[in-house]
Amino acid sequence: MSTTPKASRSQTIHWLGSIGVIALMTVAGYAALFVAPEERSMGLIQRIFYFHATSGMTAFVAFFLCFIGNILYIVKRESRWDWLAVSSAEVGVAFNTVVLVTGPIWARPVWGIWWTWDARLTSTFVLWLLYISFLLLRTLVDDSNRRAVVSAVFGIFAFLDVPLVYMSIRWWRTQHPQPVLFGGPGSGLDPQMRAVFYTCWVALLGLMTLLIRQRYRLEALRHEVQELRVQVETQ
Amino acid sequence: MPGVFETDRVSAPHNAADPALGIAFQEIEKRYGDLFALRRVSLSIRPGEMVALVGANGSGKSTLLRVAAGLVRPSSGRIEFGTRSIAEGPYGSLALRRRIAMVGHSIMLYDALTAEENLSLFGQLHDLSGLPALIRDGLAAAGLAQRSSSLVRTFSRGMRQRLAIARALLSAPGLLLLDEPTTGLDVQGIAWFTDTLRRLRRGGCTIVMSTHGPSEALRLATRAVRLEAGRVAADSAKGAELTSMLDFQEN
Amino acid sequence: MNLARGARIILAKELRTEFRARELLSTTIVFVLLVIVLFSFTFDPTSAESRRFGPGLLWLAFLFAGSLMLQPSFLREQSNDTLASLRMAPIEPFAIFLGKIAANLFFMLLAELFLLPVFAVLYNVSIVPVFGSLTLVLFLGTLGVATVGTVLSAISVHARMRELMLPLLLLPALTPVLVASAEVTAGLMAQPPVLNTEGLLLLVIFDVVFLTAAWLVAEYLLEE
Repeated sequence: MSTTPKASRSQTIHWLGSIGVIALMTVAGYAALFVAPEERSMGLIQRIFYFHATSGMTAFVAFFLCFIGNILYIVKRESRWDWLAVSSAEVGVAFNTVVLVTGPIWARPVWGIWWTWDARLTSTFVLWLLYISFLLLRTLVDDSNRRAVVSAVFGIFAFLDVPLVYMSIRWWRTQHPQPVLFGGPGSGLDPQMRAVFYTCWVALLGLMTLLIRQRYRLEALRHEVQELRVQVETQ
Repeated sequence: MPGVFETDRVSAPHNAADPALGIAFQEIEKRYGDLFALRRVSLSIRPGEMVALVGANGSGKSTLLRVAAGLVRPSSGRIEFGTRSIAEGPYGSLALRRRIAMVGHSIMLYDALTAEENLSLFGQLHDLSGLPALIRDGLAAAGLAQRSSSLVRTFSRGMRQRLAIARALLSAPGLLLLDEPTTGLDVQGIAWFTDTLRRLRRGGCTIVMSTHGPSEALRLATRAVRLEAGRVAADSAKGAELTSMLDFQEN
Repeated sequence: MNLARGARIILAKELRTEFRARELLSTTIVFVLLVIVLFSFTFDPTSAESRRFGPGLLWLAFLFAGSLMLQPSFLREQSNDTLASLRMAPIEPFAIFLGKIAANLFFMLLAELFLLPVFAVLYNVSIVPVFGSLTLVLFLGTLGVATVGTVLSAISVHARMRELMLPLLLLPALTPVLVASAEVTAGLMAQPPVLNTEGLLLLVIFDVVFLTAAWLVAEYLLEE
């Protein structure tokens, strides 16, 4: 496979980026495990918090990127925005899955229950379902242009729904109060904890960017292959 | 693209308010995934012309007509009506849509409504005045006066086609797009249809009619364009022989 | 004004079609009744339990029914390609949606208002003193269902497995409507009844956001 200057620069960025992300993740992991002070009551398992909450925030950023891709596709009709949309939606769902999995892992040893319908976890679950539907919709529409338009519209609706889902579920919880687990909003974070928290978030954002970029390039390559095939067939 | 249309018309306008509409396709391309329905089609149709669009099934005739109707958004290229451009975004101004009518591959009528209700719906959407009289006359001309209160579901194939044609004519269009309009019509139906086209042409409507078989109505055509695999293969306005292009169909 | 005119004409068409056939309305009513009855087998129908679970079940039944009866909204327009004639008409694309949303809202409300007294009898809930407020929350909640459901009907028409696609897309999207409507309804059916204005506000925001979004994307949903 020959490499054009643009392709090899892209590969260099990819390698540097990957190394950077691996480094960040290692730092974050180390920090979460060893640097952060031990939480009083919950012990070692509490450290999962640094990846649990931050994964949720990262998923939100990914879904926001999907929203941008959706809008720009509708307006400009350039395929690359559709590629951005599907890539960030998939990565967002992946990070959301991490939230839904680490929740029970944390809850079970500490509070003795697998699941709790607390506001954040429940909202995450609904969002997860919403964007899984987004991805499912894409697999069920055959024509690529229509798929892009139709999923862009649904994606826009889904993202507009996000704040409403959060608001309504949080309001619902105030109607039926529950003990707050998972460190509710405003729970005081010790400054050292806060530093570790943001370190982890930055690391995850780096990972997110890397994953989206890879997935995007896969879509771009697929498109290129299809274009080449069409060109060959029309000779 | 200025200067596409000359200012002279083929004949007097249909009525003062709604003269015939010309249409210019510029490098129209339509692609569905891997499939090219239209490739770089450029065509100018002058106001008042009657163009026979010929070609085998799948050559792109229906797609081209739907692009002209504003139903299909081209992958690239521009369309102009007179001096109006509707390349991007919504299909032209609403005023433009008032002047375009189509008899499509499907009849575009509601089975669950009566003939009269269908025409009434169409007429109201097009904001036509004097609607009851228009409907009455339209149904009578199409030979459907007796069945005006029957559900379209109960109509025969030929009757449905006649109603579809009556619907298109209701708004006295400046551009009439016809996709194999004589399908399902009996001899009387075809005679009525041809007569109607003759009257429309005298009044100055532009007509684009796709066909894949011989038809009496084709005698009225002043021009023929043949499509092959989404491309313009021959155009009687550019040298090809008109009668032989239409005879080609009879093979 | 083109939008109101077009929507009104299409609403009239939808009403006429449905009143002639009457199949959608009757099927919806029977379906909701079925869901309510089946749900009642899943818990001990004492008065206190009914009051706790009842409103949520009612709205769940409405949502399920909605996800089924909103499907034909755009599916119907595919036979004879009637959607093409609507699109060619000199009306705003959103008028098509608005007319259908209004029609769907009308029919769903009709079914719900019929079922409300039935529900009150089956679950021993008193609705007469709060009927006005109940109608309000029914209206606001159903408007949300109709708006998002009609748009998703237009989307799912293009997908394979469309019968399954609409509920799949619709139900998670309507979470805020379910939560808010159920809570407000529960408040109204409690003793003493209380009107939860925050819930109503959430519904109003939902309706405004998605009606606006539908208006903005209408033409893109209809294009070929």
